[in-house]
Amino acid sequence: MNTLTTIPINHYLIFCSMLFSIGVIGVLIKRNALVILMSVELMINSVNLLLAAFSAYSNDPAGQIFVFFIMVVAAAEVAIGLAIFVLIYKTTHSIDIDVLNKLKW
Amino acid sequence: MTILIALVPLLPLLGFIILGLGYRGIPKRVAAILGPGTILISFILSLIVLFNFRLSPFAFRFFDWISLGPVSIPFEFLIDSLSILMMLIITGVGFVIHVYSIGYMSHDKGFNRFFAYMNLFIFFMLILVMSANYAVMFIGWEGVGLCSYLLIGFWFKNQQFNNAAKKAFIMNRIGDLGFLLGMFLIFTTFKSFGYQVVFEQAKTMSAGSGTMVAITMLLFIGAVGKSAQIPLYTWLPDAMAGPTPVSALIHAATMVTAGVYMVARSGVLYVLAPVTMEVMGITALATMLMTAAIAIFQNDIKKVLAYSTISQLGYMFLALSVGAFTGAMFHLMTHAFFKALLFLGAGSVIHALEGEQDIRKMGGLKNALPKTYWTFLVGTLAIAGLPPLSGFFSKDEILGNVFGSSLPLWVVAVGVSMMTAFYMFRLLFLTFAGKNRGSDPQSLKIHESPSVMTIPLIILAVLAFFGGFLNIPEIMGGSGMLKEFLAPVFADAVRLNQLQPHHVAARLEWSNMVVVLLLVLLMAYVAYRKTVNRDPGTASRNVLIRLIENKFYVDEVYDYLFVRPALRISDALQKFIEERFIDRIVNGTGTLVVRFSNGIRYLQSGHVGMYLFFMIIGILLILFINIFL
Amino acid sequence: MLTFTLIFLPLLAATGLFFVKEEKWARNLAFAMALVEFGISIAALVQYFLYCHCHLLFRLDWLASYGISLKFGIDGLSMLMVLLTTFLVPIIIYTTFGQKINRPASFYSLIFLMQAGLMGVFTAFDGMVFYIFWELALIPAYFIAAFWGGKDRIRITFKFFAYTFSGSLLMLVAIIFLYFRTPLPHSFDHIWLYASNLKPDEQIWVFLAFFIAFAIKVPIFPFHTWQPDTYVTAPYPGSMLLGGLMSKMGLFGMIRWMIPITFSVLNTTNGLFIILPVTGIVYASLIAIRQDDLKRLIAYSSIAHLGLVAAGIMVLNAQAMQGAMIQMISHGINIVGLFIIIQYIEARTKTTSISELGGIAIKAPRLAAFFMIILLGSIALPLTNGFVGEFLILLGMFKYNMVFAAVAGLTIIFSALYMLWMYQRVMLGNTNAVTEQVSDLSWKEMIPLIAIVIMVLWIGIFPGMFMKMAENGVGQVIGIIR
Repeated sequence: MNTLTTIPINHYLIFCSMLFSIGVIGVLIKRNALVILMSVELMINSVNLLLAAFSAYSNDPAGQIFVFFIMVVAAAEVAIGLAIFVLIYKTTHSIDIDVLNKLKW
Repeated sequence: MTILIALVPLLPLLGFIILGLGYRGIPKRVAAILGPGTILISFILSLIVLFNFRLSPFAFRFFDWISLGPVSIPFEFLIDSLSILMMLIITGVGFVIHVYSIGYMSHDKGFNRFFAYMNLFIFFMLILVMSANYAVMFIGWEGVGLCSYLLIGFWFKNQQFNNAAKKAFIMNRIGDLGFLLGMFLIFTTFKSFGYQVVFEQAKTMSAGSGTMVAITMLLFIGAVGKSAQIPLYTWLPDAMAGPTPVSALIHAATMVTAGVYMVARSGVLYVLAPVTMEVMGITALATMLMTAAIAIFQNDIKKVLAYSTISQLGYMFLALSVGAFTGAMFHLMTHAFFKALLFLGAGSVIHALEGEQDIRKMGGLKNALPKTYWTFLVGTLAIAGLPPLSGFFSKDEILGNVFGSSLPLWVVAVGVSMMTAFYMFRLLFLTFAGKNRGSDPQSLKIHESPSVMTIPLIILAVLAFFGGFLNIPEIMGGSGMLKEFLAPVFADAVRLNQLQPHHVAARLEWSNMVVVLLLVLLMAYVAYRKTVNRDPGTASRNVLIRLIENKFYVDEVYDYLFVRPALRISDALQKFIEERFIDRIVNGTGTLVVRFSNGIRYLQSGHVGMYLFFMIIGILLILFINIFL
Repeated sequence: MLTFTLIFLPLLAATGLFFVKEEKWARNLAFAMALVEFGISIAALVQYFLYCHCHLLFRLDWLASYGISLKFGIDGLSMLMVLLTTFLVPIIIYTTFGQKINRPASFYSLIFLMQAGLMGVFTAFDGMVFYIFWELALIPAYFIAAFWGGKDRIRITFKFFAYTFSGSLLMLVAIIFLYFRTPLPHSFDHIWLYASNLKPDEQIWVFLAFFIAFAIKVPIFPFHTWQPDTYVTAPYPGSMLLGGLMSKMGLFGMIRWMIPITFSVLNTTNGLFIILPVTGIVYASLIAIRQDDLKRLIAYSSIAHLGLVAAGIMVLNAQAMQGAMIQMISHGINIVGLFIIIQYIEARTKTTSISELGGIAIKAPRLAAFFMIILLGSIALPLTNGFVGEFLILLGMFKYNMVFAAVAGLTIIFSALYMLWMYQRVMLGNTNAVTEQVSDLSWKEMIPLIAIVIMVLWIGIFPGMFMKMAENGVGQVIGIIR
């Protein structure tokens, strides 16, 4: 028994769902690209947490190893994403997604 | 022996190859030796074959041409009396005409080309008659059509001539399709193309079966095309566009008789199909009558002879239709002699008048062209059927058989005989008798053709004169040499023929002969009265004559019925079906895709929020489907 | 090993040629490579006859878990088509020698890429590999027509590409579907595909997919509308490749794949599908009569002739199918010959419009003679190559159904009609302003035509060797049907 399993699995599930939903709603309603990126991170992390929890309950370390992978990849992804935003901001002086609608049709 | 026989067609082929490959380098003198020379050797070889021939047919193969599974078509020759007869006619008459051509074509730039084509023609014609199966016969059959095309359009600068050549080829091809289908039916019925196998099996079949009628009708379509019978005869008069020796060799003596040869060769099949025989008889009769009528009102010396040829071919088919195979072959032979003679004579006249072919502008050439005149006279007498010239015997043989078969047929045949006499004597008198009607003063300079042209005329005249003695009928104390010679070939056909003409009493036959003779002489006299020293331009004109003068408007009708609709259909297909229907469907499919994507591309609005919204809706949908459905 | 070399060498040549800068070098290298390839195919022929019925098989596992292997072999059918390809490609390359070509290295490289594709198509014994090479052959053809073509080339070649490509996709679907119907473990190997187990209604769909794919490629009426435009707009070597070789891919595919797998559809539909090519014969012939552009006329005549071949394949009997094989070879040779002649005419007169020409025979008797002989081959005169094939096809069709044979037989009348009329208007008659300065063929120009005329007569007079190859290949297909 490790400390993770002292909390019932239902709590993890409810917490992660809430976290995920907050992320989704953030993605949907926010106009600032940076905030959207943060919301996406929130979604990823909720899934990560879920993975870790399940992994602990099923005594299989593979899930936790995956979490590390995802974190590394997500970090790389965020770096690229931020770099893109910086460039966009340099050219358009805005990172409002309503303004960024040049790529269409 | 085998090699000798193989050389008969190969030598003309060799001549063609040499002349064809080096036609610019070879001097005229060499071509003049090479062209006729190869044919002469072929003729001598044919004679050797004849003297070594012991009345039993023999076949031999050279190589397998097409062979796979059940279909085996060897390149195979069959030597029997029928093919030997044809070989002799082709090489003999062919050689004489070649020699004549040396003179006739001497001023032509295409001298070598001419002899190359002529040699090629002899090659294909020999293949046609020497083959031992229908497929190899078809090689010759189409090959002579090609040579005919090349030679009719020999002076190809003139598009009129080219049209005539094309017309000949296309009409022949219509017949060829019939021949081809007939051949297929033979194969599916008898599992072979070889004459011997087919006839052996056919003998055991019952007469009048549908298959047999179909086979013979299809083959007859081929014969109709090649031998210029109704309804495919209109190419032959046009074919006179070719040089005159071509008309003599191809469109009188040999190629056009290929149909007759083919029907005679397939005699066993034909006698088993009485329906076809009847159709053939009617076709022949209609052709004879119609073309003889047209010949009376033609004013082009070669056109008269062309229509006469069609009419005489009708005679041969008439003979075949009553089962008189020997009679048909006999007439084929004598016709080859006298019609070649007449054409070459006409050529000599044209040569002397430097291209004039209208007999209304001739006349009085008797003194200027004595040799031509006398030989032409022999030809005219022969074709009119005056004894003891060859035409008399061959026509008599046919008329005798027709009389034995049906009286109405005989009456019409005699009528055609009278018409023949009339138009031939009209032609003779208008050309040679009376005064010269030529307009220009050059007519004084008219000179006889060189001896390289007149000697062939004399040879043919001798043949046309004495050719009939080969088959003197028994009632005249003859032995019927040709009949005996050909008997083995036609034995089965004659035995199986149910419409066999009954024997005619000798006295009746004599009286018939005299009646016909008197009628012919009468027509000659009428022709004399009507033409000599009269202006041919002022004949009375009623509707019927105008109809005949315009050749019954058959060409116009064909043009209206087939040629123009074909062109119009072609245009319509191109414009409406091709462009507005099929291609529109194809392009329409493309346009549809483009329109569809045009419509939905506005979903790509550029609003990131929108995309995100769609994405999440999508995820939710997938979840929903996965969980609840 | 020879089989592998036959496919690999053109690929090698294609890659190598991309790096050749100098035009003269590119030409000579291309021609030499094509000749070497021809030599190899002759070696394969010798080997084929020495060890008869041996398949010259080459096999290499590729995607073993999906049952895809690089399986190539040469049987009678392949041998004929390989010989046709290796014979025609050097000729086609030779005809480009006198002309100015932009970026010659890429041009020749594409020709070799196409040859590699063709070789693969004709020798593949694996369904997936067949498909891959099938597409490989299409792409160079598209680029040749699109980069070196004439007027309106972009629109026309795009149509060509989209049309044939969508057909190919149908075939891909059919092949993959068949794969899942093969016995376990699934495989794309031709023996497995032949053995696939289909319900009757599935068979119809598979048949349709194959049929449409092949019909577009040939093309068979009414899937032909891309073809006349493409032939006209493509450069001459492109038209030759398309007409002489690519159209044979479709017919070959029918014999190799469609017939052995779905022949029962043809049996149960009572000749419903044969009506299409037979209609096409009459339809295309009638349209050909009125064409004014030489290339377009040849294009329509090609639809008619290949319609006859397709009909011959689909009547499912040995004679017709063998005739079809011979006729595929003959048509390939004849149409390339005709295109060469048209090319020579256009080079001299700057036009391909029939109504502007005339009297060329006076100025160029050699050209006229070659034209006549090849034309006779294409109107199927006995003793030329066209006759042997047409004769056998019509004979086989006659056994199947007399009416079809009679209608298809009209081709011998129609082809004579439009070909001779065309010849008359182009070559005969008097010269005019356009044709006055026409010069006769030089020896250099005659070389490809001599090669073609030799083949025309060889197949026409002694078809034995070719028939034997066809017999071996067709025998296997017919064996499956029985």
